[in-house]
Amino acid sequence: MIKFYIVCHLEDKMASYSTNEFKSGLKVMLDNDPCAIIENEFVKPGKGQAFNRVKIRNLKTGRVIERTFKSGDSLESADVVDVAMQYLYSDGAFRHFMVPDTYEQYQCDEKTVGDASKWLKDQDSCTVTLWNDSPLLVTPANFVELSIVETDPGVRGDTSGGGGKPATLETGAVVRVPLFVQLGEVIKVDTRTGEYISRVKE
Amino acid sequence: MLKEWQPTCSKEALRIRAQVLADIRSFFLVRDVLEVETPLLGHGCGTDPQLDFFTTEYGCSPEEDRLFLQTSPEFAMKRLLASGSGSIYQICKAFRNGESGRFHNPEFTLLEWYRLGFTLSELMDEIEELLTILFKGHKHLCYPQRFSYEDIFLRHTGLNPLRFSYTDYCDYALRVGTPDAVTLCGYDHNLWLDFIFSHHIQSLLGQNAICMIYGYPASQSSLARINRRNSEIVDRVEVFINGIELGNGYYELTDAQEQSARFDREITCRQERKLPTVVKDKHLIAALEEGLPECSGMAIGLDRLLMLLTSNEKIDDVLNFPLSRA
Repeated sequence: MIKFYIVCHLEDKMASYSTNEFKSGLKVMLDNDPCAIIENEFVKPGKGQAFNRVKIRNLKTGRVIERTFKSGDSLESADVVDVAMQYLYSDGAFRHFMVPDTYEQYQCDEKTVGDASKWLKDQDSCTVTLWNDSPLLVTPANFVELSIVETDPGVRGDTSGGGGKPATLETGAVVRVPLFVQLGEVIKVDTRTGEYISRVKE
Repeated sequence: MLKEWQPTCSKEALRIRAQVLADIRSFFLVRDVLEVETPLLGHGCGTDPQLDFFTTEYGCSPEEDRLFLQTSPEFAMKRLLASGSGSIYQICKAFRNGESGRFHNPEFTLLEWYRLGFTLSELMDEIEELLTILFKGHKHLCYPQRFSYEDIFLRHTGLNPLRFSYTDYCDYALRVGTPDAVTLCGYDHNLWLDFIFSHHIQSLLGQNAICMIYGYPASQSSLARINRRNSEIVDRVEVFINGIELGNGYYELTDAQEQSARFDREITCRQERKLPTVVKDKHLIAALEEGLPECSGMAIGLDRLLMLLTSNEKIDDVLNFPLSRA
């Protein structure tokens, strides 16, 4: 079992991709950082050198850059995988995650968790992106259900949703909610936009 | 939602393609240019290291089992010219391996024509006439433009394309935000020219107008003749509309020795870059030795022309079945 794993790992390390294999989402190494291909445009003068103009996101910094390659050039693949994990707890310095199937645990510092921290509640599931088996990025579930710990009392009878008010959630995130939503209620939020979706009946 | 078996282009694109083909045929009919067909499958192929070809296995004769799909009908058409055909044109498919993208499909349609006795500027006049007729009723075109390669380079970059200055070229790349050009191009002048032209010049050429660039550097000669007055440039023209490269033409090289030497250089280049080998087309050399009449020739990509006529952004929008559905 262990031997098999090592063989696979070595093969992963050696893989490289040529410009014509650059597809959106492909993970490659560029300037020693793991990156994801966003866009790849083939540029070829009728009688000249063919180029690929590539848009790439650096997965460590989140920055998007443009880079040109000669067609046929290649980049080493990055050992980057998205793994579904459960968020366990924070010990102050690190946040701890677990792969539910294997009970394997990973710890991330606050910098790695980044913006995701404001959506993470103990036991919630999320996606942890691993680079060479170390956490690189944490992405919360698209929709989370969290309770409101602080908000102004709303006007009863207002069901229009127009206007709204700020509400602080149990994880520290602040979202705009309709006036009728009350302290202590659980709401559903889209983490990609930070927008209130609905109340959750318990 | 389109199903996989269906064409990717609209019915309107099919109709305009048919119209364009009919217009081209009547254009050349009245000018007494003969329509011809030459083989798509042949024993030889172009040696241009920038063009990758498809090879096929022929089942019949064991000693010559490798056949090539043609990257252009140029060699066969020149053999017809040498045999006394007079001015000719052809509408055919051409095949280029590995070319795929917004403006490329590995199988595409070419219009190629040769005019006996035409100089490059007479050819440019005819290109203008033809494109003006084809655009009529589809798109308004402004007055056509002509620039020499040197002028357009200087105008848009401040660089002299005929004199390579490593520091000037690097300074330019850093100034315009493409520092990656420095490591990519190094001391390769031609690569710099291709990089700068395709990244910083081409998209600006021919806004709603036919824009022709002529007088390419001699290092980018391909099959064009060296200019009589200035040996640093060749009599080659490229045509652009809305930044899209539509075609390429030459005042044709007729010197068999010079042509043979250029083929040898390209074959050496292929070996250096470890590209698939190809032998030089001995039939073409023999035809040139026999005598190719003075002529100018032009090739235009009809799929890209259709993209412009129908205001489509992708070549797939004007092909019925691009490679993914072919």
